[in-house]
Amino acid sequence: MRGHLIVGVALSALLVGPAAGQGKPVKIGFVTTLSGPTAVIGNDMRNSFEIALDHLGRKIGGQPVEVIYEDDQQKPEVGVQKTQKLIESDKVDFIVGYIWSNVLLASLKPAVDSKTFLISANAGPSQLAGELCSPYVFSTSWQNDQTPQAMGLYMNQKGVKSAFLIGPNYAAGKDMLAGLKSTFKGQIAGEEYTKWPDQLDFSAELSKARAAKPDAIFVFYPGAAGVQFLNQYNQAGLKIPLYTAFTIDETTLPRQKDLALGVPGAQEWVNDLPNEQNKRFVADYKAKHKTGPSFYGAQAYDAAALIDSAVAAVKGDTSKKEEMRKEMEKANFKSVRGNFKFGPNHMPIQNFYLQDVVKTGDDFVLKTVATIVENDQDRYHDKCPMK
Amino acid sequence: MRFSFTARNLLIAAVIVLLALLPVYTAFSGSAFILTLFTRILILALAATSLNLIMGYGGMVSFGHAAYLGIGGYMVGILAFEGISSGFLQWPLAILVSALFALVIGALSLRTRGVYFIMITLALAQMVYYAGVSLSRYGADDGLTINRRSQFAGLIDLSNRTVFYYLCLALLLGTVYLVWRLINSRFGLVIRGAKSNERRMRSIGFPTYRYRLVCFVVAGAICGLAGALLANFTNFISPAMMHWTRSGDLIVMVVLGGMGSVFGPTVGAVALLVLEETLPFLIGKLGFPLFGESAARAAEYWQIVLGPMLLAIALFARGGIVGLLTRTGRD
Amino acid sequence: MGLLFIEQCLNGLQFGLLLFLLAAGLTLVFGIMDLVNLAHGSLYMLGAYFAATFAALTDSFLLGVVLGLAATLVVGMAVEVVAMRRLYGRDHLDHVLGTFGLILFFNELVRLIWGPAGMSLIPPAWLNRSIEILPGVPYSAYRLSIIVVSLAVALLLYMLVMRTRIGMLIRAGASNREMVGALGVNINLLYTLVFGIGATLAGLAGIMQAQIQTAYVGMGESVLIVALVVIIIGGIGSIRGALVASIFVGLIDTVGRAFLPDMLKLVLSPAAASTAGPALSSMLIYILMVAVLVLRPGGLFPAASR
Repeated sequence: MRGHLIVGVALSALLVGPAAGQGKPVKIGFVTTLSGPTAVIGNDMRNSFEIALDHLGRKIGGQPVEVIYEDDQQKPEVGVQKTQKLIESDKVDFIVGYIWSNVLLASLKPAVDSKTFLISANAGPSQLAGELCSPYVFSTSWQNDQTPQAMGLYMNQKGVKSAFLIGPNYAAGKDMLAGLKSTFKGQIAGEEYTKWPDQLDFSAELSKARAAKPDAIFVFYPGAAGVQFLNQYNQAGLKIPLYTAFTIDETTLPRQKDLALGVPGAQEWVNDLPNEQNKRFVADYKAKHKTGPSFYGAQAYDAAALIDSAVAAVKGDTSKKEEMRKEMEKANFKSVRGNFKFGPNHMPIQNFYLQDVVKTGDDFVLKTVATIVENDQDRYHDKCPMK
Repeated sequence: MRFSFTARNLLIAAVIVLLALLPVYTAFSGSAFILTLFTRILILALAATSLNLIMGYGGMVSFGHAAYLGIGGYMVGILAFEGISSGFLQWPLAILVSALFALVIGALSLRTRGVYFIMITLALAQMVYYAGVSLSRYGADDGLTINRRSQFAGLIDLSNRTVFYYLCLALLLGTVYLVWRLINSRFGLVIRGAKSNERRMRSIGFPTYRYRLVCFVVAGAICGLAGALLANFTNFISPAMMHWTRSGDLIVMVVLGGMGSVFGPTVGAVALLVLEETLPFLIGKLGFPLFGESAARAAEYWQIVLGPMLLAIALFARGGIVGLLTRTGRD
Repeated sequence: MGLLFIEQCLNGLQFGLLLFLLAAGLTLVFGIMDLVNLAHGSLYMLGAYFAATFAALTDSFLLGVVLGLAATLVVGMAVEVVAMRRLYGRDHLDHVLGTFGLILFFNELVRLIWGPAGMSLIPPAWLNRSIEILPGVPYSAYRLSIIVVSLAVALLLYMLVMRTRIGMLIRAGASNREMVGALGVNINLLYTLVFGIGATLAGLAGIMQAQIQTAYVGMGESVLIVALVVIIIGGIGSIRGALVASIFVGLIDTVGRAFLPDMLKLVLSPAAASTAGPALSSMLIYILMVAVLVLRPGGLFPAASR
């Protein structure tokens, strides 16, 4: 009972170290997945957020900071519980994180009702960009549709005439396939949704894809499911080229290895983006954790920088919410993506890149191949009442 | 019945007094989280109490009891989504629809016995679960946020935490009393008799099937009420409310607390959920002097302690926690 | 369309036979010791992790599988001696609570030892490819190997149960437990052995599935429920029933998943059909089970004296 509170404080004291105790610290709640097969993603976000705090001298806006990490177990009902706990009991100033669109949608109401700033470091459901946009919600990632939209453009460039789409049956899966369909000019040879996250055998879907004889298959399978999909795609002996969104990244690549070679993906951040902030982030992450960060981590890093800019603007007085909101809307921080700005719905307007896997020695790394689209804005901002 | 100072009765009295005084404590300490946690515990205790009615007294082991939790919740969520937020309409409907589902599920399941009964209730509950997943208008797998809690024409304000807590406590205590009256009535005698020897009850002339079905429906209706509370509590519904693991959790609460004891499920719910919250902390605290900072990480693995604890209770404490106390009280 | 249907049936058969490996042990333990073992899925998971670990250590796929199976056998027998033995003769609900505790324990233990990320077990190159089963229809060699191995195991199990002394005791135990004890057989040893066989079969299923889905914490839970459905449909304690039921369930689940959403699109809007399709097809096996129980309350092949 009371233990829970003490754990939070003890844990954060451990993380914050000696900085705590100089006045009232800025409190940040971090909701992500820290157990189950997708815990790798949550760990990458946590590691990156910690690197960001290191770079900020373990301070946020010059103030001492306390971060409380919570595990959503990839379940919406757990996510909303943890969010409520962070707001009601820990009384955090900011909530960051959220990998999964369905978890974020469930957790939105307590944050918005209590006027607690929520910064999505990954999930970007269409509702959030449109009718559910809020002055208290920002995103340092993207709107779900944008990445597959970029992929659709690339598939047009490659002259793909027909495509078979496969994705998980949840909020983000529906957005992803819708996004692809909005830009891809070819014919849709078929569309399959699988039960998420428990269906991991894709034999029926792969057989249907083969029978439909499309030019290409497009998939969206984040986290461990991406490893399983590529594995089964390979075992099934499909000769149909694969195009992906959020299926190959630094968290899955160590297990996808050769299978990921030659499979293109679209992304708003790649580890080799040539700006100083990114070089520092990637180098320090590698030094500390041996492996490289993923885009999930990069987005968490930017979230820390965004919060830092807001707290600095009010000199640590986090009760000045209006001023913090105005400061964050300016996106006045150094993003690892280089240029970064927000649309009126607090979604980033940004470039999307084509990325490819290359093998150097025994290591597999992601590389930027080209810029597919510049300064892309999500297609739901018109539905957002904030102008 | 005379009150006697056995260990069991003392524990139960202590639990009731502590539950009643909890909001006073949280008001002083300013910790809203404990009140939130215990509101959830009370709601799940209510669901577990309803399960105990059929499982503990009637021998009907339902492995799909969470379905009614979901149905009750979905009635509130769907009506709220469609713009009807009056609790006077939502809650009776939640209870009624849960009762209807229980009637159908019970009518089919009660033809089977033993393990087959366990599995058929599971199967039917899975169907309800997947029906929830297929409701694309109401969020399908992603669930649905409830923007407005049930309105009771200003009589009860559910957005007030303390009011909500006491409402749950009153409903739980009322239900426990109802279950106690029920099992000590002629009806309860038949139900309990049918558990130990159904053939005899039937030969005496009791239509046991009908009695058991009524009992099953009552339990479903109560659990539907718990579902309505849960939906209001989390402001959110999703098919996960009726996932089979949730049904398993309810069984564990009942068996852990003590089957066939009216307060057992409440004790079980409190014990299980409080353990879930405190074990990580205890491991961290106790391990810290021994292992230093790695203890903080070990706290993440608290289920490695909870698991064997449950096994030990299954092995050595027949009748759960309440049963354990009854025996030590007697010895 | 015809070719696609054949291919989907193969997919279903493969899934069904994998289920059989899991269900065979479950139904034996249930039938003979009258034990509801929810932790059977944990042995499935342990098999996968053991094999992946040993394969990585020895750099040999086959050695990894063999050592993995042996390790699962040892763990299975140890679990029987330490915990399960004390649960026999107890109420089914004590089984549920106790084995639920074991699930939590094993999940957490695996996370502690192997980490949360899960592990890949890569089949050797000669399996990790596709072969042409019909002109123009390549099929995963690996999935075919699952079909072959499972059928071989089913045959071996049949021989063991029908042609050996141990098998005779197992059959006797499934129909009348007290009788076997009265014959002066070391019943404890028999139980440990049966549990060990069940564990090994579960481990084998886990190992084979891990190469399709990778090994991850909690992989046993959802498949366990389906395996329970299988043994109920087949009749508790019946190996033959488990085989027939698992093939049925595998086919219905996979073929339903493949064709039901398209059929729904004929009556529903595409958006509604794509949401309802996967959900409704997941329901099919439960509908099958309820139908079987309503028509034949003891399952397809009820054990004689139950």
